[in-house]
Order: sequence, then C-alpha cells, then structure tokens
Amino acid sequence: MPESTAAKREQLKPPVSNVGIIGWLRTNLFSTWYNSLLTIAMLGILAWLVPPLFRWVFIDSLWNSSAEACRDIDGACWSVIPNNIRFIILGFFPEGQEWRPILAMILLLSLVIYSKERSRWKKSLAWLWLINLIIMGTLMYGGVLGMPVVETSQWSGLPLTFLLSFFGMIVAYPLGILLALGRRSEMPAIKTLCVVYIEMIRGVPLISLLFMSSIMFPLFLPEGVSIDKVLRALIAIILFTAAYIAEVVRGGLQAMPRGQYEAADSLGLPYKHTMRLVILPQALKIVIPPSVGVLLSVFKDTSLVVIIALYDVLKTTMVTLSNPKWAGYSSESYIFLALLYFVFCYAMSSYSRKLEKELHTGH
Amino acid sequence: MKITKTLVLVLSLCLMLVSFAHAGKDLDAVKSKGFIQAGVNGSVFGFGMPDEKGNWAGLDVDTARAIAAAIFGDASKVKFTPLSAQQRFTALQSGEIDVLTRNATQTLSRETQLGLNFVSVNYYDGQGFMISKKLGVKSATELDGATVCVLPGTTTEQNAADYFRTNKMSWKPVVIESTAELAKTFFAGRCDVLTSDASQLAGTRAIAANPKGYAILPEIISKEPLAPAVRHGDDQFRDIVDFSVLAMINAEELGITSKNVDMMLKSKNPVIQRFLGTSPGNGKSLGLDEKWAYNIIKQVGNYGEVFERNVGVNTTLGIERGLNALWTNGGLMYSPPFK
Amino acid sequence: MEQKQNPIPINTAETAVPFWRDAGKRALLFQIVALFVVGGISYYLFSNTQANLARQSIATGFGFWEKEASFEIGESLIRYSAADSYARALLVGALNTLKVAFIGIILTTILGSFVGVARLSSNWLVSKVAGSFIEVMQNIPVLLQLFFWYAIFYESFPSPRQALNPIKGVFFCNRGFIFAIPESHSAHVAMGGMFLVVLIGGWFLNRWGYKRQELTGKAFPAGRITTALALFLPLLVWAFYGAPTAMNVPELRGFNFQGGLTISPEFSALLLGLVLYTSAFVAEIVRAGIQSINRGQIEAAKAIALRPGQVLRLVIMPQALRVIIPPLTSQMLNLTKNSSLAVAIGYADFVAVANTTINQTGQAIEGVAMIMVVYLFFSLSTSVFMNWYNKRMALVER
Repeated sequence: MPESTAAKREQLKPPVSNVGIIGWLRTNLFSTWYNSLLTIAMLGILAWLVPPLFRWVFIDSLWNSSAEACRDIDGACWSVIPNNIRFIILGFFPEGQEWRPILAMILLLSLVIYSKERSRWKKSLAWLWLINLIIMGTLMYGGVLGMPVVETSQWSGLPLTFLLSFFGMIVAYPLGILLALGRRSEMPAIKTLCVVYIEMIRGVPLISLLFMSSIMFPLFLPEGVSIDKVLRALIAIILFTAAYIAEVVRGGLQAMPRGQYEAADSLGLPYKHTMRLVILPQALKIVIPPSVGVLLSVFKDTSLVVIIALYDVLKTTMVTLSNPKWAGYSSESYIFLALLYFVFCYAMSSYSRKLEKELHTGH
Repeated sequence: MKITKTLVLVLSLCLMLVSFAHAGKDLDAVKSKGFIQAGVNGSVFGFGMPDEKGNWAGLDVDTARAIAAAIFGDASKVKFTPLSAQQRFTALQSGEIDVLTRNATQTLSRETQLGLNFVSVNYYDGQGFMISKKLGVKSATELDGATVCVLPGTTTEQNAADYFRTNKMSWKPVVIESTAELAKTFFAGRCDVLTSDASQLAGTRAIAANPKGYAILPEIISKEPLAPAVRHGDDQFRDIVDFSVLAMINAEELGITSKNVDMMLKSKNPVIQRFLGTSPGNGKSLGLDEKWAYNIIKQVGNYGEVFERNVGVNTTLGIERGLNALWTNGGLMYSPPFK
Repeated sequence: MEQKQNPIPINTAETAVPFWRDAGKRALLFQIVALFVVGGISYYLFSNTQANLARQSIATGFGFWEKEASFEIGESLIRYSAADSYARALLVGALNTLKVAFIGIILTTILGSFVGVARLSSNWLVSKVAGSFIEVMQNIPVLLQLFFWYAIFYESFPSPRQALNPIKGVFFCNRGFIFAIPESHSAHVAMGGMFLVVLIGGWFLNRWGYKRQELTGKAFPAGRITTALALFLPLLVWAFYGAPTAMNVPELRGFNFQGGLTISPEFSALLLGLVLYTSAFVAEIVRAGIQSINRGQIEAAKAIALRPGQVLRLVIMPQALRVIIPPLTSQMLNLTKNSSLAVAIGYADFVAVANTTINQTGQAIEGVAMIMVVYLFFSLSTSVFMNWYNKRMALVER
C-alpha cells in the first residue's frame, strides 16, 4: 500500500500502538498471548463480582433509616451503623461524657501523627508521650476537675481497643528489650529463663493466654484480692507482646557489627553503658519498622478479647447485632468494622514500609 | 534510667486498679465501697444486655438493681460486669463481683463444688426445641438425624446430648459461642433445630424475619431454675439478696406496684404495713433501712412489672408468664411471709 | 564482654579483688538472685492457687480424663459419641486442629506462592489485583474475617432439600459440601500401600541416579519413572482386586444427607479465613524471596545452557528457599495458632473442646495448661523440623 507508507514517512510519529492509552495497555496488559489471556480472565472475574456488589452497596441500599424500613430492601442496610454508632465506638461510656474518650482518642491520634516525622524523635517526644498518656488516662478515668469517675469496666469500644494495643505495646517494649538482652546474655541462668519464656509464649496462641488471664489469674492471687478485668487482659497482651518484641530487638542486636561491642569494651565501658550508650541506640533504630509491625499485629489481635467478653469494638458491634431490631445486618456491620481496622492498619503498615526505606542505611 | 522510671510509674498506676476486698464480710465490703458489683450476661436480650446508649436492661439487671435499692435505698448504686459462661463462677469466687445475676441454673454441684449459694429463683426456665414449620415436625421425638444449633459451655449442651441418647436418636451439633451468631445461623438454615432455654427460644423467634414460620416443640427436656448467686460465707448478705428477690414477688402478690406504693404506705392492712416498713421490724432483722422493700418497689417495681417490662407479652420477646406466674395464678412464684 | 570490663588493675595479682568487683562472681550472684526471685514468685502464685483451690473445693488433677464427656462433637476423624471419655473428646479436638492446620498449610503455601508470583507479574492488572488482595487480607483481623466468611457460607447456600447438584453425587448446601466417595474396600488399602512403596523406591532410585550421574555424567530420569510407576502400579493393584467401583453416594434422608463425605461450613469457613489471611503474608515472603535473587545468577544459569525448568529448580529455588523458609515457618506456626479461633465459629478444634471441658468440670488450670502444652508441642515439633530442613538448605551455601 504505497499511500500509507508515504503518509507514515511524512508524519514520522511513533506507531500509535506504542504510545498513549493503547501503548500502555499493550505493554502492561497484552504484551504476550498469555498475558492477554490473564487480563481477559481477570476482567471476567471482576465483571462477574463487581456489578452485583456495587448494586448491593450503593444502589439498593439504605443509609440512614429505621430498622423497619430495611426489612423491605434487597441491598445493604447501612442504617445499622449510624443508628448504633455511639455504642459501637464508645460502648458503655456514660452519657453526657462522650467528649472525654473522643478527646482522648483525638489526642492519641494527633500524637501518633506528630511522632511520624523522624526529625521529631528526641527525648522531649518521650516526655510528650508520657504527659499525654497521663492526660488521656485522666480524661478516661476522671475524678478531677469535676469529671465524674468512670470505672474501667465502662471503658469499651474503640478506646478500649486503642488502650489495649498502645498501652500493651508501650509497657511491653521495655520488657521485650530486657528479655532480648537476657537472651543474648552470657549468664546461663538468665539466658535459659529468657529463652524458655520467649519460646513458650511464642509457641502458644494468644487466646490461651487470654483464657489464663480471665479464668486463672483470679486463682493465682491471695484470697480477697482481685484485679480489674481489663487490666488482666492487658497483662496477658503485654506478656504476649513482650516475647515478640524481644525477638525483634534480638534481631537488631544481632545486626550490630562486633566492632561496636569491641570498641565499647576497649573504652572500658561497663555492660550497662555499652548497651545504653552504644548498642541499643543503634539497634533500636534498626528495629523500628518491625516494631511498627508488632504494633500492627497487636492492634489486630486485641480483637480476640471478644472471646473473654471484653467489650472492644468488635464485641460492641456484636452486641448491637444481638439486639432483635438489628440482628439481620451482620455483613454490613462487619464490613464497616473491617474498613475501620483497615484504615488504621494500612496507615501503620505503609508507614512501617516508608520507615524501612528511609532507615535502610546499610551496615 | 528513663525506662525504669516509666516502668515504675506504669506499675504504680496499675496497682491502683488492684482492689483488695475483705472476704467473709461481703455486706460490710459492699457498704463501704458504696455500690454493688453485679455479674450479668451481656448478650441475652430481655435478661441482661446494654441498649443502644449503653444502659443495661433486663430481668437479671433489674434484680441486681433491686438489691442495690434494698441496701443503699438507691437502685442506681450498682455496677455491671458482663461475664462469659466460663468466667461467671470464677468471678464470683474471686470476689470480682458481689452477686451473680446472670441466668445461671441452680444445680447441686454448683452449690457444693463451686462454693456458691443460689437464692430464690427469679425465672423458671426449661430447655426446648425450635424448628421451622416447613419441616413439618410436631414432636421432638421425630428429630432423628437432625442438625442442632446449641450454645456451648452451659447445661444446654449436655441436656441435648442426654435427650438424644435416651431416645436413641442420632444428631449433629453446631456449637457457636455467641447467641446472636447462633440465631443467625439457625435462621439461615444451617441447622434444622435450635435448642436453648424456652425463654431464649421465644426471644430468638421474635427476631426472625417471619416469626410465624417457626414453632417451639411441646417437649421441655430440662428444668432450669435461674437464680442469683452469692459466695459462701456471709449469711446476712445472702439473706438480703434472697429477700430482695422475694420482696418483688411478695409485692405482686399484695398488689403493690411502683405506681401505687406511695398510696399503700397509708394502708391499714398489717401485712402491707409490715412489708413496707410502716410497722418496723423487717429492716432491722436484715440489717437494712426499714424502707428497704418500699425502695425496691418504688424504684424497680414488683416482679410482675419487671417481668412485663423486660420479657412480657408486650415486649419483643412476648413470653407468657407460665411457670413464672404467681402461685395463686398457677405458677411457681411463691414468697414466704414477710414477718 | 563481662570479663573484660575490669578497671585496669593498679596492684598486681597479690591484692585480692573484692567480690563485688569481680565480674564473674557478680554475675553468679546476680543469677542466683534472679533465680531466687523467679522461684519465689512462682512459689507465691503456686501456694495462692493451692489455697484458693482448697478453699473453693475445686477438684484438681486429670482424673476427669476418664469420666464420660456427655457432650456431642460435630465432626470427628475418629469414632466418637457423647458416651466416650473426656480424653477421647480432647483427642478428637486435637485431630481436628491438626486436620485444619495440615490442609491449611498446604493450601496457604500454594495460594501464597501464586499470589506472590502474581504480585511480580508484568501484567499491570494481575499485579494490582494481587497487591490489593495482600493489603486487604493483611490489614483486617483474622477473627473478623472468620465471622464474615462463616456468615457468607451459611447465608448464601440453599437448604439440603434445595441443594445444588452440579454433577451426580456432588451436593452444595448450607450443611456443607457433600461428595460421593468410593465404598470402602480392601483394594484401597493395598493401593495406598503400593503408592507408598513406589515413593520409597523412587527415593532410592533418585539417589542411585544421582550417584550414577556423578560417576558417568549420564542423567537418569528417576523422577519421571517414579511418577509413571506411582500412577500405574496402584491401578494394577486395583485391577488385581477385581476393580471395585461401588460408590458411597450421598442421599437426602430425613433432615440431612446420609453417606458420602461431608465438608462442614464451619471447617470451610475456618480454612478459607485462615488460608486467605496467611497466604497474604506468605505472598509477601515469596515475593521478597524471589526478588532477593541476583539477576546475574539467572543469566549465568542460562549462559551454561540450563533449560528454564532447570534454572528454576537448580538455581533460583535453592537460593530463594533459603530466604523464604525461616519466615515461612513462622507463618505456618501462626496459622496453626490462629486455628484456635475456631472456637468463635463453632468448629470443634482442640480449644473449643477444652473450653467445653473447662466449663463442665470447672478445672480451668488443667484445661488451659492442656491447651498450652498441645500448641507448644505443635509449635516446637514444627520448628524442629523446619530448623532441620533449614540447616540442610543452608549447607548448600559455599
């Protein structure tokens, strides 16, 4: 075909099939026959799944109605969320005091966001955290400044989830460092104790520790002494998390080149100072990304307290679902909850990945 | 070291949450802390469950409120601890709670082996079966080969196993921890039969999309007297809990309700006068204010009111009084004289 | 390090070092104190427990093992009824845990590798779908996922009377997936035995072939011969026994299907939830493992004329596996431990049975201790096996 050849010569543009949308499609979706087949199969699956789901979620659904109105529709009844949101998020916190847990959560989240920047990691940040934790505790517990006391048994919903995961993490961290140092210690008795503890805890499911905290702890204590239920679960979570943190920290300690230890020794630093001034500051820096990973799994794992009847955000949702009015809408509620968890977990995991990249200085 | 300081601080904060109770003198301990800690179910509608606002409601919850009204003259001086079936007795034994009002069945082994005292029954229940009418089953003896939904960890599971064994029928259990999940699985058809206490079956049927499509079979396979429980060791406290339950029953028998109780104070009937404390004596014997029964009725109501409010025919559960009617109406609710 | 930290001695050996300055002795003292503290706390808790148990007259010991369990279990690999003992009920639970863990681990490895490879695909759509799968699955608590899948299973399948029947002898309904299976016959046992014999023989054949290749340089197709024999010989055995074809076909009788093999919705939901959740983590591990291999390795392998299959088998896999296996082991253990969440959706695993046992006997300490011991046993034996395997793989390193 002489005409077209001539036209091509005049324009001298790359073939349409290599640029623009078509080019992108070609390189990314239809590069080989096998890739094309994959693409088409994948599109087929999506076409089969997405439209009915979309209908259920958006078109046939009700967003804010009474429970009765939901009985007559085919789509999702999202109304279950706005109608019960107060109980799902805050649980038993007394009416009229809602601002306290909400403020505490906002404080916590803004503190977390503030701490994201590495340039702010100074000693003052630790103090800021400590002060804020005390403020949050006061906000929740009350008893001062005219705020009525709210017992821990009334702490429930999302604040409880945060409390268990963040507080569990903060207390477990120093414990985990001690365990890791113990495991690397040259004293056989200490080493054995730490190894046995770490391996034992890591070998059993969290649920068995929670059972222990809920039905065995009371038997461990002398007659007449009882520990708060929330605190008992928190202890179980701390014991569990500490073992995992110990392993993460041990990884950091092992990554330290021997020269660092030897240099500290040759300066005549005692063990305490070697660790505090030379090894730990470097090792802990390396292990920050995996530590965020541990926090992430603790956050997800707190949902297991459902099984020992603590009212975390999953349990409050389930209580809502045992109310006759809203019993039929579990998919909607679980999807809402999944979204809630996803937002926090995704933020944490992508932050951990970002940090890993930034901190990858390479030893 | 900063870490050490933080740790000490945290530990001391934790210690604040450890409470030391004085065992043996439960009543003194309760009085000195100023409220009652009651263990409740937490997920059974009509007996013990929080509403949308997180306020506790239910028959068991009202029973605990009545005890608070008797001791403190204020029904709100009670705190609730939701407990799983597994935790409930340990919580009572260890002193975490003062009284257990959590639809627990009174049995011999629980009284003796677990060191508990059950008081007067506040709900007579029995285990039954619910089935979809579509299956055309009229009696529990036709259930051979059925799949049965059952809650674990209670007497229910054992009763069902016993029943099917005695009648030489095969069955397959589906055992799910949460009441709500269990009901949902049943309605979705995962099981042919749902077995539970009859009150709970009624409650479950009420929430079905088509309650008329389900039938509760006539067989009641067990006796389930549900009663509040306290620890061994403080008889005075036990008496107070016992008579708080009985006061509600007695008030119904005497025709005293929360609405007419003020009027009844002027009653010339010596029985009513003794009951409401206008002619003193009962309060002193129990170590309470003479107005204790008045406070219960005024703030919580008599047994009939509490029953109708939480589980009665006009509620979602729609349960008839049945065994729980007064003995004068053919039920089992019977109170000893208050003198 | 401890020994080296002495301050430079001013005097020489004749002055005895006070014991609190002697690092060795100080360490000894410290250890004794630590052991003493741990022992003291343990003794304190133990004596409290003893006192409490005595005061509340709670029975102790494992005497309940022989008592009648008197509760029914939904599914069991061995024969069980309510009249059996607690010990047998617990065994049923442990076997159920093993069943879900075993199948789960296999499926997770397959799906995880598949998604991990898909994540690296040059196909944009495939890679993105795999990526979002990983993100979604990793970031939602597994317990929530189990609730969700279980709800899907029993809500969207029809009742047994309207069961879907895609092929003869296969039924899908809300009682599970029901399949026809061959009627039990002595031929099946013999076939299985023959299969095992072929596998063991194949292993020896492979070793011999390897030795021969080392000596003569000639490759021996041991793998292909074994595969052919493994398929053919059991068939021969089957024909020898008279080719039994009787099938145990499920049929609807009364409330449920009788006969055939039933896979319950509880098991399916638990398996699905665990596999999807864990495979997202496995996918990331596999991806990292593959990415850890230097491109030069592959190019070098191609340069010495290895076929693509050989490149994968002899060059990529041995190196990638070394990176993959340690984290993979911990994911397998996680799956096994997470299977304890079965208690929430009604699958009768070990924790669920132990839970019921605790409730009926009131012996919480023994019950929780049993749970811990059983999982510790699973975990430790898996890690022992994996460490052995890991060492074997690591030895290849030069």
